[in-house]
Amino acid sequence: MKRKLAFACVAVASLALVLGGCAKKAEAPAAKAKAYKVAFVYIGPPGDLGWTYEHDRGRKAAVEAFGDKLQTAYMENIPEGPDAARIIRQYAQEGYDMIFATSFGYMDPMLEVAKEFPNTKFEHCSGYKTNANMSTYFGRIEEARYLSGIIAGKATTSNKIGFVAAFPIPEVVRGINGFTLGVRSVNPKAEVRVVWTNTWYDPVKEREAAVALLDAGCDVIAQHQDTVEPQKAAQERGKLSIGYDSDMGKFVGDSVLASPMWNWAVYYKDVIEKGMNGTWKSEQYWKGLSSGVVALSDMSAKVPEDVKKLVNETKDKIASGSLNIFAGPIADQGGKIVVKAGEAVADDKQLSMDWFVQGVVGKVK
Amino acid sequence: MNIHFEKRKTLSRKALVLVPLVSLAASFVLTGLILILFGANPFATYGAMLKGAFGSWRAWTETLVKAIPLMLTGLGVSVAFRLKFWNIGAEGQLTVAGVATAWVAIFWSPWLPAGLLLPVAVLVGAAAGALWAGVPALLKTSLKVDETLVTLMLNYVAILFSEFLYYGPWRDPKGFGFPGTAPFPDAAWLPRIAGRAHAGLYVALVAALLLWVVLNRTKWGFELSIIGNSQRAARYQGIAVERNVVLAVLLSGALCGLAGSFEVTGISHRLQQGLSIGYGYTAIIVAWMAQLNPLAIVPVALLMAGLLVGGDQVQMVMGLPAAMGLVLQGMILFPMLAGSLFAEYRVKVYKNPAKAAESRAPGGA
Repeated sequence: MKRKLAFACVAVASLALVLGGCAKKAEAPAAKAKAYKVAFVYIGPPGDLGWTYEHDRGRKAAVEAFGDKLQTAYMENIPEGPDAARIIRQYAQEGYDMIFATSFGYMDPMLEVAKEFPNTKFEHCSGYKTNANMSTYFGRIEEARYLSGIIAGKATTSNKIGFVAAFPIPEVVRGINGFTLGVRSVNPKAEVRVVWTNTWYDPVKEREAAVALLDAGCDVIAQHQDTVEPQKAAQERGKLSIGYDSDMGKFVGDSVLASPMWNWAVYYKDVIEKGMNGTWKSEQYWKGLSSGVVALSDMSAKVPEDVKKLVNETKDKIASGSLNIFAGPIADQGGKIVVKAGEAVADDKQLSMDWFVQGVVGKVK
Repeated sequence: MNIHFEKRKTLSRKALVLVPLVSLAASFVLTGLILILFGANPFATYGAMLKGAFGSWRAWTETLVKAIPLMLTGLGVSVAFRLKFWNIGAEGQLTVAGVATAWVAIFWSPWLPAGLLLPVAVLVGAAAGALWAGVPALLKTSLKVDETLVTLMLNYVAILFSEFLYYGPWRDPKGFGFPGTAPFPDAAWLPRIAGRAHAGLYVALVAALLLWVVLNRTKWGFELSIIGNSQRAARYQGIAVERNVVLAVLLSGALCGLAGSFEVTGISHRLQQGLSIGYGYTAIIVAWMAQLNPLAIVPVALLMAGLLVGGDQVQMVMGLPAAMGLVLQGMILFPMLAGSLFAEYRVKVYKNPAKAAESRAPGGA
């Protein structure tokens, strides 16, 4: 028995020695003098061509804008949940001035770390908890989804549109509702069928969900996921789709009619500059089409001209504020009017939205 | 020429010391080659990993956070493995214990005295882990159902059941729809020692010591080792094989269950995603690397935890893709496992086949 113990001890000790010997030889990467240090925590890899791809494009745009004055780093594939606190804490400890966490499930871990490091600035995407040194930021993507809904509502012939959705949380529910309201504004007969994957990033599950919807007779596939897999699945069946996150038509083809997309550069450049010049303060940033942080991509050649015109007109109305996509009358799934004509869903009710509008087939809970 | 693997009658001291050293060296060389292929300096990378896992007080605490569940699950599976009962269900036993602990912490708190909440929650969790392991044990002893499959499949049952609960009936009503139960009341929080490292560490260390004493210094431990060597021999000696197998597997499940109970009461303080992140599978590697010796499991778990934590540095400091961290972990394990083969078997090369047969005959294997 002692021998076996010795075995293990030697193994540990030798590893420590080998590593320790190397540590002395390793040279610390030379930090650029006085560069502002910003770190990003990503849920998936930038190569997902969707959600994380767009955040990383935003990061690169900031690097381009600030040059030597900015030093950035990122970690990809960080699971949501308690373990994320370790990653965020490591960045804080290494002296990063500002840390961005780009998924809802990083909220509690980030808040925990934010309270420990009052001099570091924390930026959490899509959540609702803030601190003196922690902001939230997000965009009203549902405005762009409403526009893409118009396109989908005009394009469907089976009147069944599939929606591959990640988690039944307000962010996603809001998007599905905005999309469905857009669909029903031009095609009151169409329904939007929702399948939950319970994951943001899982190419296989995302594809399987899309295939299930196609099997059920859907001829347009929309999504709230991180990758282009639902779009590819639709294309392989000769069906159309609405992308999300990035201009997915570029990666998949013109079967992607349009994509509600993010343009984080707008926000990242602004908030990093504020951090550099000392004017940063904790806030809850939540803007729509008018700010440029969300947009609708260019529409595919498969979208008829009259639809393009309608979409562009509607876009101008939303951006100028003359159209509120959540203005009544809005009926719930049971057909009961829950938002009366002349009223609209208030921001706080949008942030906690847990019900579907009429036309959605699926359950929030 | 014939090459034979012959089981060593006794493990030679030389092999015990040399084999891990040589295999570790081999793994570092192999991994170094891969790193060079990716344009990274292996010394700098190993240095960063060591620093990330053990380089500071905070790094140590994070390594301990991962080492605690690895110790407990490692101890758990090793008890079963000693009886050649292949319990690969540690992950499920851990998860089901997390569920049971959450059940007590959330739903018993209104009437259970606050002082009793934590101990009762942990004990109920351990009992749930034991029961979860007990099912395959009974199936094996009464119906000879293969335990490898049953324990593995029960992992999925446990994980999906826990997901059902925190996505469905147990979902925090104030959680904005995000999956996860409400946070536990403070009385069910396991005290933390340093950073996030919690009091589960003491339990794990005491468990390792007790287990060593039980296995090596008690009659029951002696009976178990006879059963592990040969069930037939054990029966001839009048040992109640079935009863002892079931008891040992219950103990195995309870230890794995403790790991899950401590994860939810010590780290996440709720039941949510991120409970089942593979500790139960890594435990199998820990148990084998420690050659099923309870005392050796402590340092080996620490080493594995260090690899997990240090692996992040590969991405954070060296800027390599996230997958490289996992590649490194695999590359370090393979030669270690191959090495343990050479510790147990000696390689004999015979030029004369007849002589080989003759020399093998007395062994009778």
